[in-house]
Amino acid sequence: MVELLVGVFLLFMIIGALIALETTDLLSAVISMGAVGAALSICFLLVGAPDIAITQMVVEVLSLVILIRATIRRDLTTIEGDRDFFGLMATLAMICGLLIFGFSAFLRLPPFGSPAMSQSFQAPARQYLNCGLKETGAANIVAAVILDYRGYDTLGEATVLFTSILGALAILRVYSRKKKQ
Amino acid sequence: MIYAMCFLLFLIGLYGATCKKNIVKIILGLVIMEYAVNLFLILLGWRTNGQAPIMSQQTDLPAFTATAVDPIPQALVLTSIVIGLGILSLMVAIAIRLYERYGTFDITEMRRLKG
Amino acid sequence: MSLVVQTVTRWLKGFIFLYGVYVILYGHLSPGGGFAGGVIVASTFILLTLSFGRERALGKLGKLMASELDSFGALLFLLIAVLGTAIGGTFFLNFIEKNWPTGNFHLFSAGIIPLCNIAIGIKVAASLFMIFIILAVIRVQEVRGKRKLITTEKRRKER
Repeated sequence: MVELLVGVFLLFMIIGALIALETTDLLSAVISMGAVGAALSICFLLVGAPDIAITQMVVEVLSLVILIRATIRRDLTTIEGDRDFFGLMATLAMICGLLIFGFSAFLRLPPFGSPAMSQSFQAPARQYLNCGLKETGAANIVAAVILDYRGYDTLGEATVLFTSILGALAILRVYSRKKKQ
Repeated sequence: MIYAMCFLLFLIGLYGATCKKNIVKIILGLVIMEYAVNLFLILLGWRTNGQAPIMSQQTDLPAFTATAVDPIPQALVLTSIVIGLGILSLMVAIAIRLYERYGTFDITEMRRLKG
Repeated sequence: MSLVVQTVTRWLKGFIFLYGVYVILYGHLSPGGGFAGGVIVASTFILLTLSFGRERALGKLGKLMASELDSFGALLFLLIAVLGTAIGGTFFLNFIEKNWPTGNFHLFSAGIIPLCNIAIGIKVAASLFMIFIILAVIRVQEVRGKRKLITTEKRRKER
């Protein structure tokens, strides 16, 4: 049941992504990306990750606002065609090859329904689920994982976010020249 | 089958990032790739008839451990989503600077108009 | 923006801010946490910017204050982590829970996790507000035949 629903939403996302990339109007492309992100958030909710669904929905709204605000005002004309024909065909051939390779590689994963990362009984996930409430006191096991068991990764992520925002601000700095006279 | 469709979404994003001429379409391709990878990681952790990994006062521990979904991919993806937002802001800043320098969003024009 | 948007914003901005603070504070008991809550708090200010213009939003939280809050949030997070080393012995130890354990399922439980959530929430909210303000004031204009990137802010002091 869940697999069927996730499959339907994935199909919707694939169609939305194709529309977003192929349409000639930039505003329609960005709005299609919004639809893809909303379907993704519903997929996260169906698979038992409400934390991620909230974060994805809010981040996707913000990224839509940033994209529309920064790019749509400037260049509304459309650009026809893709790159030269030989490059396009070579890239499409490589992508088809990767798809065939991917089909045969993903058949070796555990089937959809048994978690691939906690197959054995000594897996860390079971340890965190068993002792999470006792050791950290948090009822939300995901919060316990990201802020207690794996807090160093969250520190790294805060650093990366800080640096990327700093970089974006440094790129958009405007130097005004003082008049000497 | 679901994993293969996730991979197909990733390859659509890759096609957008390599075969398109407009900078905004390239940015959208990279964002689609990031969505596909996050979805793949979360789908790896799904357990059949699973519950979200959040306890309340009425849950008993052995049933919870047997039916909860995997919390580790969710921790990874939470980090990844927020970093994706930072990356998007950086890409948009670069696109604005490129527009100021060359007057267009077309990347084939950006090689010809030098100086 | 039109009158409908402005009136609805004026009514709703308190509730959105309160919801963001709720998501940050209850991050250890229900889904949410620092990142989602921080983005929701930032979207309050972004809603103000979109409806009333950036002067009104900058009147509530100036650019210098946002930059300082951003650094403050990051440093607070690092300080909590280093305090774990100073008190407990390992980096990022949950020293409050180990030494003074309280009951579960309360607001003041789970040790350093709510404090870390607050620090991250402040940091993310200030960062995203700064990015949006910069993107809202930057404009590309044709000046004497060349394109230039200008800011459309008014100068405070006229020379």
